[in-house]
Amino acid sequence: MSEETPTIQLPDPAKLVVSNSPHMRDKPTINKIMFTVVAAMTPALIVAVLFFGLAALEVLVLCTLSCVLAEEGWNKFMKRPSSWKDGSAILTGLLLGMNLNAGAPWWICILGGFLAIILGKQLYGGLGYNPFNPVLVARVGLLIGFPGLMTTWDKPQLGVMGIDGVTAATPLGLAPGETFIKDMVLGNVGGCLGETSVLALLIGGAILIAFKLIKWEVPLMFIGTVFAITGIAHLVNPEVYHSPFVHVFSGGLMLGAFFMATDMVTSPMTHKGAWIFGFGCGLITSLIRLWGSYPEGVSFAILFMNALVPLIDRSTIRKPFGFTAPAKGEA
Amino acid sequence: MSDKPRKFKGGVHPNDSKALSAHKAIQEAPLFDSYKVIMHQNIGAPPELLVKKGDTVKKGSLLANASGFVSVPLHAPTSGTIKAIDKVPGPTGISVPCIEITADGEDEWGSPLEPIADWKTTDAAVLKQRIWDAGIVGMGGAGFPAHVKLSPPEGKTVDTLILNGAECEPYLTADHRLMLEQAEDVVLGAAIIARVLGLKTGIIGVENNKPDAIEALNKVASKYNIKVQGLPVNYPQGAEKQLIYAVTGREVPVGKLPMDVGCVVQNVASAAAIADAVVKGLPSIERITTVTGKPLVEPGNWKFRIGTPVTKALELAGGITEQPAKLLLGGPMMGIAQSSLNVTVMKNTSGVLLISQDEVSQYTSEPCIRCGRCVDCCPMQILPATISQAVENKRFDWAERLNVMACIECGSCSYSCPSHRPLNQQFKRAKIEIQAGLRKKG
Repeated sequence: MSEETPTIQLPDPAKLVVSNSPHMRDKPTINKIMFTVVAAMTPALIVAVLFFGLAALEVLVLCTLSCVLAEEGWNKFMKRPSSWKDGSAILTGLLLGMNLNAGAPWWICILGGFLAIILGKQLYGGLGYNPFNPVLVARVGLLIGFPGLMTTWDKPQLGVMGIDGVTAATPLGLAPGETFIKDMVLGNVGGCLGETSVLALLIGGAILIAFKLIKWEVPLMFIGTVFAITGIAHLVNPEVYHSPFVHVFSGGLMLGAFFMATDMVTSPMTHKGAWIFGFGCGLITSLIRLWGSYPEGVSFAILFMNALVPLIDRSTIRKPFGFTAPAKGEA
Repeated sequence: MSDKPRKFKGGVHPNDSKALSAHKAIQEAPLFDSYKVIMHQNIGAPPELLVKKGDTVKKGSLLANASGFVSVPLHAPTSGTIKAIDKVPGPTGISVPCIEITADGEDEWGSPLEPIADWKTTDAAVLKQRIWDAGIVGMGGAGFPAHVKLSPPEGKTVDTLILNGAECEPYLTADHRLMLEQAEDVVLGAAIIARVLGLKTGIIGVENNKPDAIEALNKVASKYNIKVQGLPVNYPQGAEKQLIYAVTGREVPVGKLPMDVGCVVQNVASAAAIADAVVKGLPSIERITTVTGKPLVEPGNWKFRIGTPVTKALELAGGITEQPAKLLLGGPMMGIAQSSLNVTVMKNTSGVLLISQDEVSQYTSEPCIRCGRCVDCCPMQILPATISQAVENKRFDWAERLNVMACIECGSCSYSCPSHRPLNQQFKRAKIEIQAGLRKKG
């Protein structure tokens, strides 16, 4: 009888929680996922600051701050609980900074942050509900509003903690033959902050794939498709078209393929869908780069494919384990 | 049959916490003052009551008789008098009829079942009848009557017997200890089931995280022409359909039964109970249960009589050092949380588990960020995130078209979701709604 052993304590049933199974949860939370992506971006951020100095740092800080402020301001306005701690606004801010020129004026950064958070995300219902990548919404919005400012690129100067107003064209803006793959890999080329070093972006991409935060099919198909199509064009007419290596190692392709197109919210959920999505991004990027009026096409390609994600998801609904086609006459 | 098991797609790897009780040998629980035997312990029809208040019963004597084919008899766990036939909280929180027995302390044997020593020459039908008479159900959790699984209907042939020793649920070690300490009972049970099915052999599937159990089984397996198959450690490896795939490579079609691909799956504890029922004439009145959890003083594995109050089980484990957040019957992935301590050990109670306060937190479910983790880990290869959207919009027709009925409620999706969405719960609801809709249509 239990009275004989008074030292044995039993649970207090009034304090027992009743909830549905499972009663265990895996560790990752939205917050941890977001900050792991930030960690994966760190090599590219460091290279950006090395090449563009304090100006780059200023852009990154301003973008991040404006994104967080926009998010919290909206939450206040809509009487929603604070959400900046989930890390998604910080990530949006850093990615936006990576998509801007180091010499971008302060108000471009602030405006970009608000465009990304309000127009790109919150108007659709907030995290998880936005059909388009918020960073690209902001970038394209700025590109259309301020085409001059958004296509002037400061020349990177390693070790000089500042930029001196010397501008450089992005490799894709130069005539074929004037570009150097080595500079592009290391980051010694003009362009926005994040696209400067392919090497740093590849390291980040490897981290993302290793932690299973992105579907590897997207960057593989994206980059592979661009390489294939621009390669064919280069073979046909090397005078007019850049070598496929220039295309792959330049511009926002690496940044777009690893960090932008793979955004969880705006990319397909299945692996089969990821193949299609990556291919579509690559195809549209190539078409714009080769025959469009912009030298760069990654942003437009990703946004276009974002719009197709619901369709892709719907057409790639997989068969469940043990699926058998219903016999004829049935259903 | 190849020696290499197949890996099913998906699955998760929760921290298994089995070390709390895996090294603890099975102890026989002492005789308690009273037992509360819940009447309806099997899937299917509840049995018909044979006793009334004030009757005296003996250990193993009939309390209730099977009321149909998908129903099993119920036996007294010890000798004593029927104190009351009353309603008690059942494992799902709903009050259920229960027979309360005051033990007389004599534990006097009175089973109507005679031992069958020469089972090898006994007719298969007689053995099957014995399994039914002994009231044996699936002891892994479902509680499906064992004899029904051993009765393939006209036109279906069974060519493979699989014993489920995967024990993929974290924390639980009851099957592990059973296979380790009573390997011969398990293997003997397998041989008897094989004979009932007219098969020459059977395969025991065990997750590779129990090498000592695999070794123990292998030592006696060849004597009875039974094979032991190590399986990759991946939750839910012990789910029937995933187990069949791992062992045979066959996929059980959605909405169909193992028998449709020629397989019969029985839990290892059920097999050991079958061996006892045949060679000892012991009805299903006891089982091995893991009593574990971080808040307990002495987690371990005990052999309990059916109807043992859970409070007694917790006392045997030394009681608690801190107030737990949850009391579960079963494992942490699929077990049922209890609101009362007045529950009892049933034929399918594989574990009594206390979850500590720091193991659970009150999550608020956040929006889906479409990360696809649930899609990757779903062992049934459905799309949890998409179905979740359908359920939130009360579009159960969409959920049905997205194959929610294939869901085995293993909980892997909810486990993996970084937004802590109640996916498993939503799918359970969708399945109920869809079935209710079907009934309405007739």
